[in-house]
Amino acid sequence: MAVSCDGQGDGPEGGRSSRPQPVEDVLLDGRPIPSVLADEQVLIRGNGEEPQTLDPHLAEGVPSGHILRDLFEGLTTEAPDGRIIPGAASRWNISADGLTYTFYLRRDGAWSNGDALTAEDFVFSIRRSADPVTASNYGNMLYPIANAREVLSGELPTDALGVTSLDRFTLQITLTDPTPYFLNLLAHPSLYPVHRASLEAHGRQFSRPGNLVSNGAYMLEEWAIRSHIGLVKNPNYHGADDVILERVRYLPIEDQSTELKTFRAGELHWTYEVPNNQFKWLRENYPDELVVSPWLGSYFFGFNLLREPFIDSPDLRRALVLAIDRDVLTDKVTQFGELPSYNLVPPGVTDYEPAIPDYVSWTQEEREAEARRLYALAGYSAEKPLRVEIRYNTSENHKKVALAIASMWKQVLGAIATLVNEEWKVFLQNRDQQVVTQVFRAGWIGDYNDPHTFLSLFHSDHGLNDYGYSNSTVDALLQEISSERIPGRRQRMMQETERIIIEDDPILLVYAYVTRRLVDSRVRGWQDNVMDHHYSRGMYILKARSASSGRAKPVDVGGE
Amino acid sequence: MIQEDIVRHGISRLVGLVPTLLMLITIAFFLIRVAPGGPFDSEKPLPPEIRANLDAKYHLDEPLIQQYFRYLGQILVLDFGPSYQYKDWTVNELIARGFPVSLTIGALAMVLAFVLGTLIGITAALRQNSWVDYGAMGFAMLGMSIPNFVIAPALILLLAVNAGWLPAGGWDWSIQRMVLPVITLALPVIAYIARLTRGSMIEVLHSNYIRTARSKGLPKRIVIRRHALKPALLPVISYMGPATAGLITGSVIVEQIYSIPGIGSYFVQGALNRDYTLVMGVVIFYGVIIIVLNFIVDMLYAWLNPRIRYDEGR
Repeated sequence: MAVSCDGQGDGPEGGRSSRPQPVEDVLLDGRPIPSVLADEQVLIRGNGEEPQTLDPHLAEGVPSGHILRDLFEGLTTEAPDGRIIPGAASRWNISADGLTYTFYLRRDGAWSNGDALTAEDFVFSIRRSADPVTASNYGNMLYPIANAREVLSGELPTDALGVTSLDRFTLQITLTDPTPYFLNLLAHPSLYPVHRASLEAHGRQFSRPGNLVSNGAYMLEEWAIRSHIGLVKNPNYHGADDVILERVRYLPIEDQSTELKTFRAGELHWTYEVPNNQFKWLRENYPDELVVSPWLGSYFFGFNLLREPFIDSPDLRRALVLAIDRDVLTDKVTQFGELPSYNLVPPGVTDYEPAIPDYVSWTQEEREAEARRLYALAGYSAEKPLRVEIRYNTSENHKKVALAIASMWKQVLGAIATLVNEEWKVFLQNRDQQVVTQVFRAGWIGDYNDPHTFLSLFHSDHGLNDYGYSNSTVDALLQEISSERIPGRRQRMMQETERIIIEDDPILLVYAYVTRRLVDSRVRGWQDNVMDHHYSRGMYILKARSASSGRAKPVDVGGE
Repeated sequence: MIQEDIVRHGISRLVGLVPTLLMLITIAFFLIRVAPGGPFDSEKPLPPEIRANLDAKYHLDEPLIQQYFRYLGQILVLDFGPSYQYKDWTVNELIARGFPVSLTIGALAMVLAFVLGTLIGITAALRQNSWVDYGAMGFAMLGMSIPNFVIAPALILLLAVNAGWLPAGGWDWSIQRMVLPVITLALPVIAYIARLTRGSMIEVLHSNYIRTARSKGLPKRIVIRRHALKPALLPVISYMGPATAGLITGSVIVEQIYSIPGIGSYFVQGALNRDYTLVMGVVIFYGVIIIVLNFIVDMLYAWLNPRIRYDEGR
């Protein structure tokens, strides 16, 4: 019998935070003992915007992802720390060539209405996800599966997809290329199973409370649009015995400061984000609740390599890259714990050592001196300064960063940058057309925990290659990476690809994203992870310490 | 005779509604499509084949004019179509669920504003240039000039976060959750109505027929109630039409700050997301409401103001 204490939490005694403080968390065999748990196990999570849909195959955007991860479970799922673990499949075999995956489903797998969850359900669901009629916008998650592209484009029927059931509980998926991150993809909503009978009975309305049959730890209880979505524990979930939270309520609170006030009023356990401009105040007043952790995203600006002044101008681009002081940008401008970055793949990606350019180890003075040298080399001077536009979509944060970059270029190089602010869709269109852009706001949040999600953006044919970047070596390497099976070699190839991309300077890296939110210190059973995926099924709420004493309420524990 | 005039006037106004709406639909339909970008453009661009699937599903691959007539056909059977953004819902459902919320807080705010606004206005008018008048008009000035995105967070901070008397936001049809949004919505309207009432009341009180009534020895209270009130409220009534329309169709800012599921946000969100069907649905719905409310105001006006009645009757 192991008795242990959870390391996190228990901030300074008598902290300034007026929120109820938790009793000490006592775990027994990895589970909290009943006497430390709050009577009411109902978690209230702020969730940004109203989710676009609860149909896992149509869903996009972060808010619906949070809810769908509680409602459904893929063949694989994620542990609190983000590791891939068995989900609806209890185990799997991968063939030697890495192209055939055989999944053995749990015998006790069931839908929330009690129906058995079978391999046939997955065949139906993955075919539906790829069906052009479904019009899933995450169809590209299926690309590794054999014939997925042809099915998605309507050239082949859905039964040509490389997904078959070998028997009631055995599923086989064949791939086009060995895709080392394929198990990660299976935890994505676009590969979740949907319940065929209720889908056929209810059509578009199948995702409504009462109609929605799901296979995750929770099921849909209520959905008041733009007010709240209520989930209740699914008694038929295979891990139901370990699920402690009885209910989860998701509140779509779009306004960050409203969300903060709702949290401060004690009506929320978990915020979606926090206001950008209140970091210092939050750090002082909510030290136990404020959680800042690395997120799988890079924030950068792109150069349009198809347009002056950036055609064939490596020196100029490098000068612009070196002239900005990222520490000042994150410390003084964005001010929210973002991590200054010089390379593309953000920290925290599993089993990857990023390619760090040599100028990272220089002092900022050395970088600026080199920047001035290259700027002059590129033919610019005080008499003939660079004139350039920085384009960004409407947002206070983008504006601040763009303004800071413009002034750093002015100060270090004497370059004259003007800011162009555009409404979101206009900006997207301009960026895509590559006609009017020069320097533009960009960035990427990874779809799966693998450097490939970042590197593939720089393939000449990638849809988001708005830089007009084209390097045949990079294209060839990306091709090799997708068919490479040996992890060590693949890792080295990806590092080499990243090194070449950074060397070519198609973009100006600024920082790696962080997630920042407030979490009631009584809520436990979750961990930071780069994907920012937090399943409610492992969480629980501790009792509040009695307010008057300020000390932990004595808890009856043997080994304390 | 008088009834007949009002009815005839009413019918002619109703008939005028159809071309107005058709014009509104046509302009809105093409205007939103002229805006750059489409409903499915996002940070992560879609592969062409997936984009094609989506366009086909929502008939966006058809020629624009065909889409227009398809849409008109749908409107005839009152089907606004599926929302592009909220894919599980039709625009009809979104409006049907959001409008009762906006209507409730909007109507409550209007009632509050009308009662308080006219009371303050009349009080100020009767004590013109006294400290009561200055106080009331000072308040009105403040109410009109402080924007609701300042008032609302201040109210939340004061009454919800610090005092803990009311919830900070959210919606469940309880009175507690209506208090702050109703007050926020009502404040500028109270202020405006108070100023309007005061002004017109002062004007009426100085008119000849009131002076006559007073000189005949009628008590002041009766003169005001029987003779001055109705004409003094005329400008207020004509202001209330558009004001009510504005209040019950929801305010984006108030909905965002109090996190209320009304329909105000759909207009802005729909436009920003190029959710064509949602924007169209809301535009048409607003159009109908504004036309109907203006119509009601017209009718009320005719009832309150004999001059209009006689002009039309002749």
